[in-house]
Amino acid sequence: MKRVYVNEDRCLGCHLCETYCAFANSGETDMVKAFKTGKDAVPRIRIEEGDGINFAVQCRHCADPLCVKGCIAGALSVNNGVIEINHDKCVGCYTCVLSCPYGCIVIDYKNGGRTVTKCELCTRNNAGEPACAANCINRAIVFEERGED
Amino acid sequence: MPVNFFPAEFEVVRNSDRCIKCRACERQCSNEVHIYDADFDKMLSRDNQCVDCQRCVSICPVSALKIVPNENAFRKSANYSQQLMIENYRQAGSGGVLLSSMGNPQDYPVYWDKILINASQVTNPPIDPLREPMETKVFLGKKPAGIKKNPDGSIDTHTEPYLELNMPILFSAMSYGSISKNAHESLARAATELGTYYNTGEGGLHKDFYQYGKNTIVQVASGRFGVFKDYLDTGAAIEIKMGQGAKPGIGGHLPGAKIREDVSKTRMIPMGTDAISPAPHHDIYSIEDLRQLIFSLKEATEYKKPVIVKVAAVHNVAAIASGIARSGADIIAIDGFRGGTGAAPTRIRDNVGIPIELALAAVDQRLRDEGIRNEVSIIAAGSVRSSADAVKAIALGADAVYIGTPALLALGCHLCRSCHSGKCNWGIATQRPDLVKRLNPDVGYQRLVNLVNAWNHEIKEIMGGMGINSIEALRGNRLMLRGIGLSQKELDILGILHAGE
Ligand code: SF4
Ligand code: SF4
Ligand code: SF4
Ligand code: SF4
Repeated sequence: MKRVYVNEDRCLGCHLCETYCAFANSGETDMVKAFKTGKDAVPRIRIEEGDGINFAVQCRHCADPLCVKGCIAGALSVNNGVIEINHDKCVGCYTCVLSCPYGCIVIDYKNGGRTVTKCELCTRNNAGEPACAANCINRAIVFEERGED
Repeated sequence: MPVNFFPAEFEVVRNSDRCIKCRACERQCSNEVHIYDADFDKMLSRDNQCVDCQRCVSICPVSALKIVPNENAFRKSANYSQQLMIENYRQAGSGGVLLSSMGNPQDYPVYWDKILINASQVTNPPIDPLREPMETKVFLGKKPAGIKKNPDGSIDTHTEPYLELNMPILFSAMSYGSISKNAHESLARAATELGTYYNTGEGGLHKDFYQYGKNTIVQVASGRFGVFKDYLDTGAAIEIKMGQGAKPGIGGHLPGAKIREDVSKTRMIPMGTDAISPAPHHDIYSIEDLRQLIFSLKEATEYKKPVIVKVAAVHNVAAIASGIARSGADIIAIDGFRGGTGAAPTRIRDNVGIPIELALAAVDQRLRDEGIRNEVSIIAAGSVRSSADAVKAIALGADAVYIGTPALLALGCHLCRSCHSGKCNWGIATQRPDLVKRLNPDVGYQRLVNLVNAWNHEIKEIMGGMGINSIEALRGNRLMLRGIGLSQKELDILGILHAGE
């Protein structure tokens, strides 16, 4: 399946992918409005920086996902290879946060941490394709088919 | 001293109704103009550090930024501009030579813009390049003056070494050191894909780029940086740089700060030392000396590679070119006074040399008059800005053109003319690893390929309009050009008629 891949040699640490992610998941159609009205979502992608190397971290959509296994409420599920979160079921126990080996589940501080949230490859918002890859200013994030499953 | 206060050249205008304080501008401006202030919860700007490179404007996700000229004005004078005044203040403070980069920005006439191109009507029908073959391939080097026969009566098929280009466009010399490794990689890969050449400049050739040797012109300049046997063997041609349009009569100076490990290895000089190219080649004081160097280089490479001699367009360029043509060079590159540079003394850049249009016309005419035009090919350089300029250059007598600035534009350069600061926000004229990264060569090379292909399409289109189907038939075809608003003297030098004639 098509996945998001990151290239740490190219990442500039500008954090724009986070901004575009927060906008894509805000439900707003205007970025200024999304941020100025506080509707911007928690970014599902995070830039790790240090020592001149930066890279983006977001859900790898593992074939055998530990987060899904560990979820005590059945809030995480796999749909066509994409690991989805049902915010209505999430009870905010953070088991998934602890079990994800990549640290890709994010706590939704926008709702005071009541639930977690995560990258769903922009399949359930209006972005059409992963907004981080589409807007990366240095093609450090790409969304492509590399024949892995 | 208050006289040392200089008003900011630019003002950073931020629309705070739009700014979402994402801080991307802050992270991307190497001049540290933008800062987030937590107390105000606001982005602030230090306008006086802005060089108008447009990086922040281009990446701001909500288009909240624009850079405008600062309106603060010294009392107007048509003689003493504000800039001239500030430059004098600066020098009074520092005692130093003013430095600048990129091409001469002064308001001299641009002859390209005063030349118009012909098109066919009725009697000699235009050609549609999409339907009919159109040849833009060119060969650079000596052309045989006639057919020679061997003693046994067969035809002598020996040719002098030449360069074969799919289009009459090459990337001009830009050294690794003055531009980044990623910029070099982009140029090398683009030249390879396009079937043309890029030029190492005087900085030697990084070992990673030996693989692109077939499409590389290796330069030998007065500093002889990075010149050794493998380097000469790797290139497709060797260029002896006698001068550069942006700074005729001046050597080069790459500050030690830019000589980091890789550059030092490639240039074969110690890390952190300044790389100084002398103004003259210390072994060349005459055409005979030049001839010696040409033949030393030919000997070293077994007469397999054409040798280019690059000179700046100066007052007696035609006579110089005639000497070069007789010295054994295969190709002459003439660099006009608007050519770009990574760093040059401002006064030299802005006041020395002559326009390429006049130099080219004068050289082509002189070589023809002397019957030696076939001895050399001519590459015109020094501000060929578009395919139309290229067509005009070829009609004035060039075999091909070097493009430097347009190539940098393709890579993101916004001509902020602060290359000499080494803090290029677009990852081009810098060696700072975090900035170099900003130029992704996978993107850069593709954009260069697109640019040159686009130009080549336009060249075919313009040639088709004239009813010409090959570059060969356009070269030196000055009847295809007309001047507009030029004096008789200028027309005579350009060798063209006035529009309406
Ligand atoms: S947008 Fe691209 S370059 Fe910028 S931080 Fe994200 S991955 Fe890195
Ligand atoms: S794919 Fe969409 S949701 Fe996932 S990190 Fe990128 S922008 Fe965010
Ligand atoms: S990039 Fe634009 S939106 Fe982000 S902080 Fe700068 S001005 Fe504001
Ligand atoms: S120097 Fe460039 S990036 Fe910095 S503020 Fe000026 S235009 Fe923006």
